[in-house]
Amino acid sequence: MSSAELIAGILWLALTAYAVLAGADFGGGVWDLFARGPRAADQRKAVAEAMGPVWEANHVWLIFMITGLFTAFPTAFGVLSLALFLPFTIALIGIVFRGASFAFRAHGRDAVGPLSPWGVIFGVASVITPFFLGTAVAAVASGSIHAPNAQFAGSFLDGWTTPLAIVMGLFALSMCAYLAATYLMVENEREPALLADFRSRAIAAALASGVLALLAFAISAIEAPALMQALLGRGLPLFVLALLNGPLALWAVWRSRPRIARIAVAGQVVLVLWAWAVGQWPYLVPPDLTIAATAAPAATLSAMLVVITIGGLLLVPSLWLLFRVFKTGRTEASG
Amino acid sequence: MDNTTLARATMGTSLGFHIVFAVLGVGMPLLMSVAEGLALWRHDKSWLELARRWSRAFGVLFAVGAVSGTVLSFELGLLWPRFMAFSGGIFGLPFSAEGFAFFLEAIFLGLYLYGWNRLSPLQHWLTSIPIALSGAASAVFVVMANAWMNTPAGFTLGPGGQLAQVDPVAAALNPSTATEDPHMVVSAYVVTGFVVAAVYAAGMLRGRNDVFHRRGLALGMTMAAIAIVLAGITGDSSARFIYGAQPAKFAAMEGIYQTESGAPIHLGGIPDDTQQRVLFAIEIPKALSFLATFDPNAVVRGLNTFPAADRPSPLLVHLSFDGMVGLGLFIGFMAALFWLLAIRRRSLPTHRRLLLGLVLAGPASVVAMEAGWFVTEFGRQPWIVYGIMRTSQAVTTAPALGLTFAIFIVIYLGLAITTARLLLMLAARNREAGKANVSPVTSSHE
Repeated sequence: MSSAELIAGILWLALTAYAVLAGADFGGGVWDLFARGPRAADQRKAVAEAMGPVWEANHVWLIFMITGLFTAFPTAFGVLSLALFLPFTIALIGIVFRGASFAFRAHGRDAVGPLSPWGVIFGVASVITPFFLGTAVAAVASGSIHAPNAQFAGSFLDGWTTPLAIVMGLFALSMCAYLAATYLMVENEREPALLADFRSRAIAAALASGVLALLAFAISAIEAPALMQALLGRGLPLFVLALLNGPLALWAVWRSRPRIARIAVAGQVVLVLWAWAVGQWPYLVPPDLTIAATAAPAATLSAMLVVITIGGLLLVPSLWLLFRVFKTGRTEASG
Repeated sequence: MDNTTLARATMGTSLGFHIVFAVLGVGMPLLMSVAEGLALWRHDKSWLELARRWSRAFGVLFAVGAVSGTVLSFELGLLWPRFMAFSGGIFGLPFSAEGFAFFLEAIFLGLYLYGWNRLSPLQHWLTSIPIALSGAASAVFVVMANAWMNTPAGFTLGPGGQLAQVDPVAAALNPSTATEDPHMVVSAYVVTGFVVAAVYAAGMLRGRNDVFHRRGLALGMTMAAIAIVLAGITGDSSARFIYGAQPAKFAAMEGIYQTESGAPIHLGGIPDDTQQRVLFAIEIPKALSFLATFDPNAVVRGLNTFPAADRPSPLLVHLSFDGMVGLGLFIGFMAALFWLLAIRRRSLPTHRRLLLGLVLAGPASVVAMEAGWFVTEFGRQPWIVYGIMRTSQAVTTAPALGLTFAIFIVIYLGLAITTARLLLMLAARNREAGKANVSPVTSSHE
């Protein structure tokens, strides 16, 4: 494996971490927006408590991915920044509103209640951001971004305004909601009423994402044969695993087994992302940009691997500490 | 307006907004760490309460800094795709390192903000140390990348202008790094110190003279006084470095149109391109040559030796530079006065006029820091990578930049107003808690 491929793999891991962790934070915003019933306030509180200590760290995976992409694959970054200017800009605005509104609400709760404008903005931004990031993914995965000779040649609407992209944007949104609902089931294992609330939300999100996934697959047969071939070619083993894992996840949710459900739903996100990654290997942005052709010079890649190793040695134990303190053993009195 | 102007306006606004939160992200954790450390060491609850109050405010400030920093990392590509396609592989390394520093800062801040009841007092204090260190490290790494844009190094170009060889470590440690990095890092402490001091000075002017105000003012002014001296020293070495490395920027800073030996310093004044001189300025003969080289007759290269298309705007750069230096001298004077009076009285000085001056020094330090960035950025124009790539060659061809610019202006205004209102509300809540003489809410978000 070349160092370019190794770094591409690491960046894909970062994307996976962002999807599984920050994705759930966006999903939390969705359930905040759609908090209903007699326990709406408790649902919002559960979302805020789950996100509070970790959302900023989860968000940094995106920064890591962006900086890693422009360092290791500068031409691909240049092309993506042009081709996806509009969906990225919209998602960026969503990211700003989501983060700021969450912080405004969390740190000024007494005056800025859940029904304040910032509360609504938090929910709406949590819906918009994953949707547009999903459409951007669709543009890449469907091979719609053309860059012969590493120069972007296309329109600013290519790939992310298609029916496939809209379905994949909704799929991304529903997976975020699904992740959040199952994580919130785990966080509220000892609160039967809230557990039931989030169980029914998880089931709804599971069904929605299942239907959207099948729909996306069907549309790609017509609209994006390259993606279809990628999933049925090299990506097939992972794709089959995803098809088997999906019902397992739903079963775990249905039977109220939060801990199994959490692993299975996160696993579903991992399988889908890696079926796509492996399927389009060795392309970074099909059909024109391969990993090797867009890579930075070798000296940069080696230096980056050194930075990633040192940074990783600091990062992994710190992350472990964060999740150990806040995400395990919620028996202790949390005042 | 063309895309270059709009992209520059958008990037400049984003940077100017983010930098305020970024410098507080460097300085506030150190203040919190010192206050909490003193609380542990002296078994003193009011130091602890001060650290808690700061941490609540910092929770908001850090979040706004994090999202506005995300905007910048995206905008590098969204606004300047050709610049990033060319430069990413050369100067991206410090950004990757910055990613890890940001990670550590966010992780330990999560532990710090939400861990008051879950960690022992000592453990809790220990989490503040990585926040302070990684905050400073972030600044060091990011400014390395900016320094590279001023003095690009660590690569060779082939005959067709394509990248031939790259040494990313040499790029990160480019010549400007040694002067620009220290100046920015100490400036972050300057701004934090003076802004914190200004907040408490304002409270004291309104008759609030409790232990939090006295200690907040003292700690803020300690940081401010140490840092402003260092800012002067590092700023001086930075300016002398620019004399050799970026002569066009240097000439614009001082409004030197014609090459001359024994060049004067222009204090203030309006550089006039048509008359090729600085109008209404106070001139100090030979001072510039002396300050730049310690030789009063040294030659300073004039702006008109550069092709017209390669000149930065002396109006913007000179006024920004004099604004930075002037305000820097003012806040330095305030710090000196404060500590002289404090030493003579052997207690904190509370004269109304002095406090009023300190209230002004807070915003003045922010404006000085922004003006310093204006010098760096306007002074590098028309280049995005000095001498290698023009800003106009780097810009995106994307549509709707005007709309994007307008949207971000509205967003930043909204964030600024809401942040200010929220901080005022937190302060009011602290006062209520103090008045009621009950122990304030320990962790409103557990």
